[in-house]
Amino acid sequence: MEIFQLLVSGLANGCVYGLIALGFVMIYKATEAVNFAQGDFMMLGAFVMIGFNNAEYLGLPFAVSIVAALVVMGAIGYLLDRLILRRVAGESQTSVIILTIALGFVIRFVVGLIWGHEPKSLENPIIGQDIAFGGIVLGLEDVAVIVITLLLTLALYLFFQRSKLGLAMQAASQNQLAAYYMGVPVKRIQGFIWALSGIVAGIAGILFATKGSVDPTTGLIGIKAFAAAVIGGFGSLPGALLGGLIVGIIEPFASRYMPAGYSQIAPYALLLLVLIFRPSGLFAQQRNKKV
Amino acid sequence: MRVHFKTSYNQDIRLFEDKWTLFVYSLLIILSFLMPYILDVFYLGEMTNVLIWAIAGLGLMLLTGHTGQASLGHAAFLALGCYSYAILVQKGVPFLIAFPLSSVITGVVGMIVAIPALRLRGIYLAIATLAMSILVDDVIVLAEPFTGGVSGIFSEPIFLFGMEIDRWGTPIAFYYVALVTIIIVTFGYANIMRSPLGRSFVAVRDSEVSAQAMGVNIARTKMISFGLSCAITGLAGALMGLFAGIFNNETFSVVISIQLLMMIVIGGLGSIHGAFFGAIIIGFLPQFLSISKEYVGDFIGGSAVAIPGLEFGVFGMILIAFIMFEPNGIYGRWVKIRTWFELFPFYRKGMFKRQKSFLKTERLQ
Amino acid sequence: MSLLEFENVTLRFGGVIAVNDLSFSVKKGEVFALVGPNGAGKSTAFNLISRFYQPTAGQIHFDGHDLLSHKASDVAALGIARTFQNNELFDHSTVLQNLLIGRHRHRKTNFLAEIFFTPSVRKAEIQNREMVEEIIEFLDLQPYRDKMIAGLPYGVRKVVELGRALATGPKMLMLDEPASGLSVEETTDMRWWIDDIRRQMGITVLMVEHDMGLVSNVSDRVLALADGSKLAQGTPAEVQTDPAVLKAYLGEVA
Repeated sequence: MEIFQLLVSGLANGCVYGLIALGFVMIYKATEAVNFAQGDFMMLGAFVMIGFNNAEYLGLPFAVSIVAALVVMGAIGYLLDRLILRRVAGESQTSVIILTIALGFVIRFVVGLIWGHEPKSLENPIIGQDIAFGGIVLGLEDVAVIVITLLLTLALYLFFQRSKLGLAMQAASQNQLAAYYMGVPVKRIQGFIWALSGIVAGIAGILFATKGSVDPTTGLIGIKAFAAAVIGGFGSLPGALLGGLIVGIIEPFASRYMPAGYSQIAPYALLLLVLIFRPSGLFAQQRNKKV
Repeated sequence: MRVHFKTSYNQDIRLFEDKWTLFVYSLLIILSFLMPYILDVFYLGEMTNVLIWAIAGLGLMLLTGHTGQASLGHAAFLALGCYSYAILVQKGVPFLIAFPLSSVITGVVGMIVAIPALRLRGIYLAIATLAMSILVDDVIVLAEPFTGGVSGIFSEPIFLFGMEIDRWGTPIAFYYVALVTIIIVTFGYANIMRSPLGRSFVAVRDSEVSAQAMGVNIARTKMISFGLSCAITGLAGALMGLFAGIFNNETFSVVISIQLLMMIVIGGLGSIHGAFFGAIIIGFLPQFLSISKEYVGDFIGGSAVAIPGLEFGVFGMILIAFIMFEPNGIYGRWVKIRTWFELFPFYRKGMFKRQKSFLKTERLQ
Repeated sequence: MSLLEFENVTLRFGGVIAVNDLSFSVKKGEVFALVGPNGAGKSTAFNLISRFYQPTAGQIHFDGHDLLSHKASDVAALGIARTFQNNELFDHSTVLQNLLIGRHRHRKTNFLAEIFFTPSVRKAEIQNREMVEEIIEFLDLQPYRDKMIAGLPYGVRKVVELGRALATGPKMLMLDEPASGLSVEETTDMRWWIDDIRRQMGITVLMVEHDMGLVSNVSDRVLALADGSKLAQGTPAEVQTDPAVLKAYLGEVA
């Protein structure tokens, strides 16, 4: 039974990693940039939600807070693209990487100024409730996280594969100039994708804050989400979720069965092994530049 | 405006394009040797710190700025240089051997790390090196018998020509050690950039396919770039250890890796000057912030409260502003100002206008 | 005597056949043109010679060497230089530095000597510059010598690419659409340069080009491709009147 409970808590953590990884992958698919601040985005989403919901701040009803937080996160995502990222299109990849890392610093700083540096948790209706079946006791919040993540990933996957807008996004990522000539509104799509990734980060943040406490440095788990995205092969949405689940499951098992000191390096060691032996991830094929 | 009439091929090959430039740089070197007589001990220490960061910046600049391989893990090589130097010295190896040897060790390890990294490009390389930097932090803790783990080890003072040199006891001599090191490194760097190797680095950065078609062996070029970059970084690491005195796994955390990369982006990617400009910003930003905090504190009547994350927050904003408005960093701005004076009064606003560029994928459609 | 020999070369990408059982040979000293509609496999043939692609079947020989046993970065050393369809220059370097990279295959110094810039490095550098200055003069690039590529007009970039390929001192020069995007005057210049390259420098030229005016002016022989296979081969006049070629270009002749 212990194994099963490790598995479920690992899955729930893995879902949060997977959601952050989804954000990476979406932005990568549409702009070929990687948002190193996606973890901080998630943290920001959690604090925005806390700001709307908790009695200490605005104290709005839970459902209203969710809608408000997601609207705010979408707007922030859109504005970041509009005001900053759109202007650096065509700069070297190193510059864009550093730019998003710097964004993360700024987000951490601003969140610290507004909400302080103490760990905070989200007041929510489902905390502490358990589901029990067949002698196994599961936290309701863990189950909620897993279900919501699966539904969201499925929706995003269908959106990218089936809808016209989703396909246009892929075209925009592969050759902006060509896509532009073909009548794809490249800029508007990029803005939309950033807004969407803001919303996904918001959902991840809300789920994370439901499970436990957040503070301004929580965003650093974004690095684990990287491991997830890379293991899943950076271009694939289901791959990202799967990668997240793998990382999430490895963690509790490593800390249970490996000597202290070795367990926390497990996700990174796995990441490096994947990069060395399957540089394009477990679920993607390698492609080269065409001349 | 200075016009160059070129009469021999040597003129293009020279490190300094004319007598005026030679004069300016000679003056700069003389001035830096006179620094101990100009600055007080505190600021001399800060200058030494800037020089050490600049050496590390030069190391990363070679790899990222000139070869185009973004590394978010150079703190790992700083650590390697630092620990290998300290351990060699503990074993009784004299400074003049241990110092270059720690650089060679770091360089060789860098080349070995480059072998799997060769298959990775762009963000994948950045992520892999980031993971490496995180791992090294833990490896230092696990390798306690050599590294002292969390409690760290101590870098003994340098014994050189019968003199004991350390940061606190003899700050002037320690400043000179850093200064001589950076002059040698910069000279070698500038030589590389005017010879075929430097050109092949730039070729790999700008277009791997056409570099290959010109006969540049991409794998070997990247490996040499990794090796040289890490060798320089190793020197900086050894000096950092000496500067800090005692150090542990936290001294070379992943934050240092990120800071180093940010530093060369602010300074200006792809220029030797950029490493120096960036180091000055990194070195003096904390001073500047604490001074301005005091002023603000006086002004609004409160005390100088410590705001956690302020330094990184401000640093992040500076960086964003640079990438948006001056992507070539401080060096890029400096070139513009210089051109303005040289061409006065003929400078036109559009001279450095960026071309509208579109993202073109590296992926195959 | 043939310099380059394709023997039954086939290249498949998954289910797509990019080059289908293609055989042809290029004689020493001639200008040989590949023509055909888009997707015919012309650039793919270039990329096969550059060793960017590994053929599924067949042999490629160059100047007595088995080309397929060489790596992409060793092709230049055999004496093959090329330009690219969409300029692949080193954008953040000057024209001079771009041309100097062309000299890379003649590099004899190692990196240790280069760090200290020993007299032998200096001597080699001076030699490289002498060679490059000749090319700058030949292609009239003096006004742009110290300019960054990133700010240059498209036509000039094409010429710089030609110069960079020439700087390698090749036996065979591969030009991938040398006239695309050029004005009428620039195309005329390109035509004279190709003629001079062949006649004065004795370099064999293999080119892909859509501009039939340029092709018939400079080339000795033309190979027409469609869907990766050979359609026709012969003098420019023969190929232009070949019924199979007309059909491929114009569709069914009513």
